[in-house]
Order: sequence, then structure tokens, then C-alpha cells
Amino acid sequence: MSNQSAFFKDFGVRFGLILRKNVPFLILLFLLILFSFVADKFMTFGNLRTLIRQVSFSGISAVGLMFVMISGGIDLSIGSQVVFTNVLLAIMMVYWKIQPGLAIPLILLVGTGLGAINGFLAISLKIHPLIITLGTSAIFKGLGFIINRSRNIMGFPESFRWFGQGYVLGIPVPVIVMVVVALIGSFILTKTYFGRKVFALGGNEEASRLAGVHINRMKVILFMICGFISSITAVLLLSRVFAGQTVTGQGLEFDCLTAALLGGVSFKGGEGSVFGLMVGIIIIGVLNNAMQLASFPDFSQTVVKGSVLLIAVAFDVYQKNRKAKETVAKVAA
Amino acid sequence: MDAKVVLSLENITKRYPGVLALNKVSLDFLEGEVHALLGENGAGKSTLIKAVAGAIDIDSGIIKINGQEYHKITPSLSRSLGIEVIYQEFNLVPALSVAENIFLCEKSENSILFSTKEIEKKAVKVLDQFGVSINPRTAIQDLSIAEQQIVEIAKAVSKNVKILIMDEPSAPLSVSEVEMMFKIINQLKNNGVTVIYISHRLEEVFRISDRVSVMRDGCYVATKITKETNRQELINLMVGRELKESYPPRKNPPGEIALEVKNLTGNGDQNISFSVRKGEILGISGLVGAGRTELAQLLFGAAHAEQGEILIKGNPVKIKSPSDAIKHKIGFLTEDRKGQGLFLEMAVKWNIVFPIIKQISKYAVVNTKKEDEIASNFKERINIKTPSLLQQVINLSGGNQQKVVLAKSLAAESDILIFDEPTRGIDVGAKQEIYHLMTELADNGIAILMISSDMQELLGMSDRIIVMCEGELVGEVEKEQFNQNYILDLASGTH
Repeated sequence: MSNQSAFFKDFGVRFGLILRKNVPFLILLFLLILFSFVADKFMTFGNLRTLIRQVSFSGISAVGLMFVMISGGIDLSIGSQVVFTNVLLAIMMVYWKIQPGLAIPLILLVGTGLGAINGFLAISLKIHPLIITLGTSAIFKGLGFIINRSRNIMGFPESFRWFGQGYVLGIPVPVIVMVVVALIGSFILTKTYFGRKVFALGGNEEASRLAGVHINRMKVILFMICGFISSITAVLLLSRVFAGQTVTGQGLEFDCLTAALLGGVSFKGGEGSVFGLMVGIIIIGVLNNAMQLASFPDFSQTVVKGSVLLIAVAFDVYQKNRKAKETVAKVAA
Repeated sequence: MDAKVVLSLENITKRYPGVLALNKVSLDFLEGEVHALLGENGAGKSTLIKAVAGAIDIDSGIIKINGQEYHKITPSLSRSLGIEVIYQEFNLVPALSVAENIFLCEKSENSILFSTKEIEKKAVKVLDQFGVSINPRTAIQDLSIAEQQIVEIAKAVSKNVKILIMDEPSAPLSVSEVEMMFKIINQLKNNGVTVIYISHRLEEVFRISDRVSVMRDGCYVATKITKETNRQELINLMVGRELKESYPPRKNPPGEIALEVKNLTGNGDQNISFSVRKGEILGISGLVGAGRTELAQLLFGAAHAEQGEILIKGNPVKIKSPSDAIKHKIGFLTEDRKGQGLFLEMAVKWNIVFPIIKQISKYAVVNTKKEDEIASNFKERINIKTPSLLQQVINLSGGNQQKVVLAKSLAAESDILIFDEPTRGIDVGAKQEIYHLMTELADNGIAILMISSDMQELLGMSDRIIVMCEGELVGEVEKEQFNQNYILDLASGTH
């Protein structure tokens, strides 16, 4: 008898562990099944393709945010970076007549520069990046509005359409870009020594410094990566909308942040995986899509999104506490 | 003496993972006495006062306050019984005024509103008792350290304190300021307040205390009436334990000079000059705050040196950051291994190879085969007890965590190793192993600097000891002249 109960107890513990590790994935599975019953149009190839394309833009930026978050920082200015680079790219192509072949690399450079500004401010002011990027977010967005001068910038070369609207083997280009960015990001984080340093920085900054990591240099580089990736998003979004507007990109960081937290990227740094992040992004996509299918009013959607963000944070905190407790129990034993 | 016992401790025991911080400590404190508490670092003094203040839960034992027995004390209970603690770090709000700090959290008697005028008047009254004039409107951050100390005491007194516990109160003060504090302590004593005074400075203990109790390794050793004891007796009580550890013999004599330091100044240290040879263990002795860890930080580039020279094998080198130090084959094993030495949530092997992660990578990709090889090699060589190299470091015992820290420095193939409190908080068995490893390293020609507050360890392990006091090097002792009383004398700055 006691043997049997011990077996079940052990089984229960293990099952619980597996469950907890894969919570985001299970949530996604649950949502997929739920919505396929609730809405007929949900589980169609066309809808799923739209769904993925919708979130691919935040999905790309989220990879950049994840680099910063794993190192223990945060970047709230992603959306505003996109606003600025998006408008600037439109101006470059339409008013300055710069060919896409040159304009795109230039805008990637500008985006990287915006990231560098964040990084230098963070290391020289020595204030949490939360505040720094809140400030630069307002600045970047404001600059975007200033150079846009309330115009709706149109008239891009037709060749530019492919990036946001094209398909390769039936798969939307932005989705392919997202997958490529995610794979490269995952490779850097898990296979290279640079990736180890990113985790080290988020795990214990002082220990990293004492192990010979140039922490200031790392921080700037990570913000630059984030800026670079966000300007990729800007290029794709401009091509998708095919008009330079300041609306594009606004609030993008919200979905990125929620996805990261849902996918197990810790707010405190030192933890996270690209797989988790992608699951998080698709959860966001499913929710957005389902709410649109159910024609939820816009403001209700905002309420839902806000709640999901807070639940994701609560889950992150819960995981941390649970871990701490388990550790204490182990050390005591 | 037939004064009333106000606080009585009976068999207080407190265990932390791997360490017995308090081992059946029994101690009485009388009404209106100044009772000094003496002991080396790690003797359990701080843990004891935390137990009385309710900052930690004790495992077993009884705390009797005014005859009332308690098994568990909470901070608010301790407060309500008139116990106040002045910790080494002040509990003051820098931006608030003196008056606001003294009466923080205090309710006004006849109004729900907070009256600034009323508390300022009250603050002046309290401060007047001490004969000091501090404007109650001044913000704490504009006061000197000594004045802040007085505000701390005033805060305690304003709460009708019965037992005042002071942890190293003189550490930040100058001589004249200490005099002022003594005056205040004497006044409190005359008003019947019991003062528990923790200090490393023996002369202060003789100046101010009525009785003195000595602790060692978490145990109570003895209580003496201050007038009837002397410096020598107290030092003997503090360090005089029989040699519990054995120190492995060394095979090879030290070789040529590996590291030389000339007039190094910065990070609070002044004009430090010394050298250490290959295969030599140089002990660095001193009290807490003597500037030993600060010296290590200077050598390792973790802090900025203002002046002076560092020579490695006779060549002057510039060490501006830890990565410079690592390049010059210097390794630093910090005393704060959890805070600064380890990535607790990462795997054992991850930690071991981190300092050399670039070297074991090809085209930026980490060679995980090599990683496993190096990590399992060190697991064998220094006997890290872990079920797997994938185990998170946080789950290891203190001794094994220390071994991981050591493995990190060894993986980097350091020629010069700085150990800061290498055996703090680890059990006897692991201690032995660390000693054997250090001896083996020295025999293999590695130069070792060992900062330690454990006098036996210093005497047992070192070939030579340098002594620091208040940021300066005050002495150098060769092995033939090793004598713990002499070294402790030097370290307490009487010479």
C-alpha cells in the first residue's frame, strides 16, 4: 500500500514538474482547442496564416527584447524606434529618392544607432533601463512625428512590396524573417560564448565583472542588437502598410514584453529561451485573432491584453518564489 | 553584584545550512550595566543580537526578558519590550530631518495629524540630554557620521529604551567623537539602561564596560568583570582554542618573486608594499574594515588604484579591470561567493568554464565537448561533490560551492591566486580539503595570497603573514615569529 502511494506521489511530483515547465505550451494548446470549437473560421489554413503573419512583426522585435531582458535589462522604446525608423525610411525612399537597396541598410544602421543611444544612456546615467527607455521612447516617437509632419507618405517602388506582402512557397515573407531571426538568436544565445555572457550578465552582474566580462560594452551591444532587430521590423511593417504613418509600430513593445514573459523570459534576467518566446508570441497572436473573429470592441481587447501581461508577470514571480522555496528545502535537507 | 537580571539567554541555538552559528549560548545581562561582547569574526555575536532583536528565529532555547520567557521573538515584540539595536549600517532615512527620523512611525498623542513643531520640540529635548546641539530640522544626509550615530541613539532613547545593543558603534567615529559617545553611554547607564556593546577594540572595552563576555565559534566562552581582567586574558579567551584542524606539510620551498606591490594606494588603502613568491602562501591578517578585501580588489582590478606599481615577475603591469588581471594570470576567490563569485542558477560546469569560455570556443561557438572535459576533470581533481555537472550551483553545499569557485580560477590557469576568507561558512571536512588543495597548489609553484580572519588558519597555512590596520600595512611576520597574540596586537592598532 505505502509503496503504491509513494509511487503515485512521486508520479504526481514528476508530472507536476513537467506541467510547470511546459505551462506556456499547454496554455497555447488549450487556447487552440478552445477556439477551434468556439469559432468555425479559426482553424482554417488561411486564418492561421494571417494569425502568424499578424504577430510576426512583434515576434521579430521580441527576439531583440529577449537579448536585453536575459541580460537583466529591458527596452520599452522598441515601438517608438519603429515609429521613427519607419517614417524615416518612407521619407528616404519617397522624398529623397533613395533606392530600397541602399535605404534599407541605412535604416538598419539608424536603428542600431538608436539602440546605442539607449545603451550609452543606461551605462552613463546608471539608472534602470526601464526609466531610460521610457524617456527615449517618448523622444524617438516625438522625433518620428516631427519628421513626418502629419503626412501620409506614399509612392514606394513596387519592388519594395515583397518584404511585407510577398510569399515564398506560400509562406508570408515576414514569417520567414521571424523564423530566421529566431533561429539566429537562438543559436547565438545557446551555442556561442557571447550568449553565455548574456546569461551571465543577467544571472549575476558583479560575478560577471569579476570573471572579466566588460559589462558596459556588453550592455551597449545588447541594446544595439535590439535596435537593429527592431529596424528590421520597421522595414517589413512599412512594406506591409505601404504608407509611411506614425501609427505604425506604436505600442509594439507591449506584445513583445507580454510574449517574452509568457514564454518564460524572466523579468530579472538570466533566463529565457527562443522556443518559449515563440510560444508566447503565438499565444498573443491567437488571442488577438480570436478577439478579432469574435469582434470584440477595441477597448475590451486592451483590457484583455493588460490582464494577460499581468498574469504573465505573476506567473514569472510565482516560478521564482517556488524555485527559491525548493532550493531552501534542498539545502536544509 | 546583586543588580536585577533584565535579559537572560538560555541555551540559544541557531543553525544555518552547514554552520552552527550559535551553540547553546547562555548569558545574563544586568540592569544598568555596560556589557561588552567580544569575539573574532564569525564567533556568533551578530547572530546573537539578531536573535534578541527578533530579526532571526532561533532553533531552540529560551530568551527571558524581565523574567518573562519567550521562545520566539518578533521585531515588534522586541521593540515593545524596550530593546533597541543600533546596527553598523544606520537605519535612518537620509532625506528626512533629524526630528522626523527620531520620531519616525511614532503616533502623536492628541492628534491624528503629524505635527512638525511638536516633534521638533521633542527632538530638541532628547538631544539636549546628551548635551549636543543638532538642529532638528537638518536633513540626515547633511550630518556627519558621528552626528548620525547620535541621532540613532536619540531615536532609541526616545522610545524609552531599556536595553540598548550597539554593534561596532565606534567603527566610523574619530577619537573625540568616541569620547562623546562614551559620555552618552554613561548617562544612559546612570538612568538604568543596559547597554550591550559589541566591539573589536579592546581598549574601548576596558574604557566603557562593566563586564565583558567572550564568544568563540558560536559558543559562549566566559564572562569577566572588566576591572578584574586584562588584555592578555581576553585575547587568550578569544583565540585560545585547541588546534582542531591539521595543516598539511609543504614539500617545496618558495621560489622567485611572483608578484610585487609598491606603494599601492586607492580604494581606502594607503601605501601598501609587499611581495609574494612562487609557491608561497602569504597570509593577510587584520580586523574587519582593515582594508584587506579592498587590497584584493585593487590587485584584481575590481577597484581603481590611484597610485603605486604592481609588478608581475619583475615586470610592471597595468591592471585596470578584472579582465586585465585574468590576462596576467591572477585569480580572485571572493569572500562573497554567492554574491560575487558564482552564477547560482547556472549549472556547475557552466560556472567552471565561464572565465575561459572564449578560449574554449571556435568561431565564437562554445566547444561543449571541451567544456565537459574540463569540468569533469576538475570535479575529479578537487572532488566537487555533485550528482551531476548539470546541477545548479545553488543546490550545492557551501564547501562544494567554494570548490566550484576554486575550479573557476584554476581553469583560468592562474599563477597568482587571491583567496578571500577561503573557508568561511564551510564545514570542517570541506575545510580540510580546501587546505590540502591550497598546499598542493603552492607546491606546484602557484603564489597564494590568503586573507583570513581565522587566526589558526592563518598561522597554520601561511609561510609569512602581513598585518593590516585601517588601510595600512602595519607589520610583517615571518614563520619563525608566528604568535597569535602578537599578530592580534598589531591588527588592533596599538603599535
